[in-house]
Amino acid sequence: MAKLELRGVEKSFGANRVCRGIDLDVGEGELVCLIGASGSGKSTLLRCINLLEPIDEGEIFLDGVDIAEPGLDPEPIRRRIGIVFQAYNLFPHMTAEENVMLAPRRVHGHSREELRPRVTALFERFGLADRMGHYPDQLSGGQQQRVAVVRALAMRPEVMLLDEVTSALDPMLVGEVLDALKALKADGMTMVVATHEMSFAREAADKVCFLSDGLIVEEGPPETLFTDPKESETRSFLARSLK
Amino acid sequence: MSAKYLIATGLGATLALTATTALAQGDCAAGLTLEDGKLTVATGNPAFYPWVMNDDPDSGEGFEAAVAYAMAEEMGFAADDVVWVRTSFDEAIQPGVKNFDVNIQQYSITPERDEVVDFSVAYYDAPMAVLLAPGVESEASLEAIRALKWGAMGTTTAVPMLNEVVQPESAPLLYGDNVDVNAAMMANQIDAALFDLPTALFLSAVMIEGSTVLGQFPADRSENPDQFGMLMEDGNPLKACVDAALEAMKADGRLAAIEAEWLQDATGVPVIE
Amino acid sequence: MVLDQGPGAATPGPTRRQLHEARLRRRSLTIATLSTVGVVLAIYLLVPLAPGWERVQRSFFNGEILVETFPTLLRAFTIDVMIFLWCAPAIAIWALVIALCRDVRNPALYPLKLFAIAYTDVFRGVPVILVVYLIGFGVPGLGLPRPWNSPYIWGSVALVLTYSAYVAEIYRSGIESIHPSQRAAAESLGLSQWHVMRDVILPQALRRVVPANMNMLIALQKDVALLSFIGPVEIFRQAGVFKSLLANFTPYVGAAIIFLAVTIPATRYADRLIARQARARS
Repeated sequence: MAKLELRGVEKSFGANRVCRGIDLDVGEGELVCLIGASGSGKSTLLRCINLLEPIDEGEIFLDGVDIAEPGLDPEPIRRRIGIVFQAYNLFPHMTAEENVMLAPRRVHGHSREELRPRVTALFERFGLADRMGHYPDQLSGGQQQRVAVVRALAMRPEVMLLDEVTSALDPMLVGEVLDALKALKADGMTMVVATHEMSFAREAADKVCFLSDGLIVEEGPPETLFTDPKESETRSFLARSLK
Repeated sequence: MSAKYLIATGLGATLALTATTALAQGDCAAGLTLEDGKLTVATGNPAFYPWVMNDDPDSGEGFEAAVAYAMAEEMGFAADDVVWVRTSFDEAIQPGVKNFDVNIQQYSITPERDEVVDFSVAYYDAPMAVLLAPGVESEASLEAIRALKWGAMGTTTAVPMLNEVVQPESAPLLYGDNVDVNAAMMANQIDAALFDLPTALFLSAVMIEGSTVLGQFPADRSENPDQFGMLMEDGNPLKACVDAALEAMKADGRLAAIEAEWLQDATGVPVIE
Repeated sequence: MVLDQGPGAATPGPTRRQLHEARLRRRSLTIATLSTVGVVLAIYLLVPLAPGWERVQRSFFNGEILVETFPTLLRAFTIDVMIFLWCAPAIAIWALVIALCRDVRNPALYPLKLFAIAYTDVFRGVPVILVVYLIGFGVPGLGLPRPWNSPYIWGSVALVLTYSAYVAEIYRSGIESIHPSQRAAAESLGLSQWHVMRDVILPQALRRVVPANMNMLIALQKDVALLSFIGPVEIFRQAGVFKSLLANFTPYVGAAIIFLAVTIPATRYADRLIARQARARS
């Protein structure tokens, strides 16, 4: 059984059908990359999985339990699924450490002292040990995104969703964030990553899904999808983005 | 505007000089009024009982309305030549040209006010009286009323009277007009208020149901017993004529008769010792 | 202008541009000073030539009366300060309650939202003085015993109710100015709605509306004088009493001076906060 299963997920904003029936399996410890043009539905799909947007049709199974069932309390489910956005992730009025500690303190009732060893270890794991007391505007974009990853991890999520976490960054800073994602995968985290970084997808993904117009047009292991795409739409997208 | 005014004043002064011998004989006001042949009299807005009945000064009913018409007649104006206008207190003491010849609305004569405007001789000596809110009882002694919660109208000479003579134990509350004093009594925020006697009688009889007049202060209680005078622009040459008319009315008892007609209730109110 | 590049070049003196700018600054300062002095002098010399000046001066700018009444006015002003001091925190809290009611997303709490909308509509639509009268005389008229019917209490309540409607709207604008992804980021961590608001949205929103609220404080500081209508002898009423007794408006000028002494520094401070925030955002 897959860790995360999507069956026929549909989502519209008014007349705009953003997801038109998406099926997706993500195995335990797998890294799945979603690629596709802007507006193809990648971000919305991630927000739906995290229950930030209620879906219109379909099911989302986490460990075999449908979490998209209307009427379920979303808060305990969200704690099991971490998400990092493209930008504006961090709370600007808190230091990096306070950002990370807020949810564990409020949700689990841990004290700062209880949390400090584990949080410090996380900061160290992502090369941020000397940045814990800094405010977001004192951090570079890459550091901010890594703090956002640490913050999501502090809730011990079972699945991590990453929504184009490098697309707002200076090219120079992209590498450090992608390295962080690779480190996460090495730790065995189950991840769904929406990205424009084709080389990252090719190198790190277990499976790549090409989305277009709210549907998964083609999916497969990176070596086949990037070298021998079957659909002409996939081919033309790859030709454009690998230029 | 001011040039015209200066000419009018100069002219007026000359006329006044030549008319001295004719004072109070019907033509002392000639050329000295705002509008020739008319006497413009100001009252409050609204004007209250018993000073003006039904807020209608044209009727000549009410003490001040009656005084105004009697005085106008003495000065040589027909009743039809009396024109009424309305002013607030502030308008009356503002510097500058006035829109009335005389203003009659219970202005107490004080030396400070007299520096800015002119007053006629007094047309009424008003004792101060204590109005008790509904349900409040007190002995008519200074000691007893000191303990009451006091209110007054902030624009009247009741304020210094309160502070100097009554000396209440807690700071008095002050209001803009009768209506607000009434509201404060209804809200049980004050026990007593200080007014001139006729106003206090009016309030207890007509406006504030259940309120009573506890008593009046003897005239010698205050250094300057409240005297009402008609207010005129500073240096108004008409003053001599107005004073002469009022003195004549005092001398032959007409003023006392008007007072007896409209302010008869004011007699026989007990005195606070 | 020749810059000496000789022995002095090693010491870091002012650059050529700095010297030039300093000269420009000096020149514009001189011009500003001269023109200000000129205008003030013209007013000082010309206004007294107006035919009514002497009377206006006697009625409005009478030094003797100012000196005589000023200490009492100052004492009366402490009542304004007192009322202000207890109203301001009450407004801050009550307005926050209204703003939070307005922001509720739970349908079961919809009546709260409706209440908040009606509240802000009504109290922003009615003149403050009317509310002061209605509540200051009206509520005690229902039969409250002393001291609970004091005009100080109910007049203050009227101010708090009215000002809270405005401040609640300011809070709301602050809450709505926070980028939606902040809420999403907080929700994605599994925080409850209450914690999202308390820990993430409000701290940012409140900081943003400090300048707007400073302006409300300045307005409140003046509107405190409206309580004089229902009895308290604060500075405005005290000035009115003097005006009536002395037949002179100078006490009002004295009151204005006292008000200005407080509001001008407060206004400058608010302007500085606004400017600082504008710089921080750009």
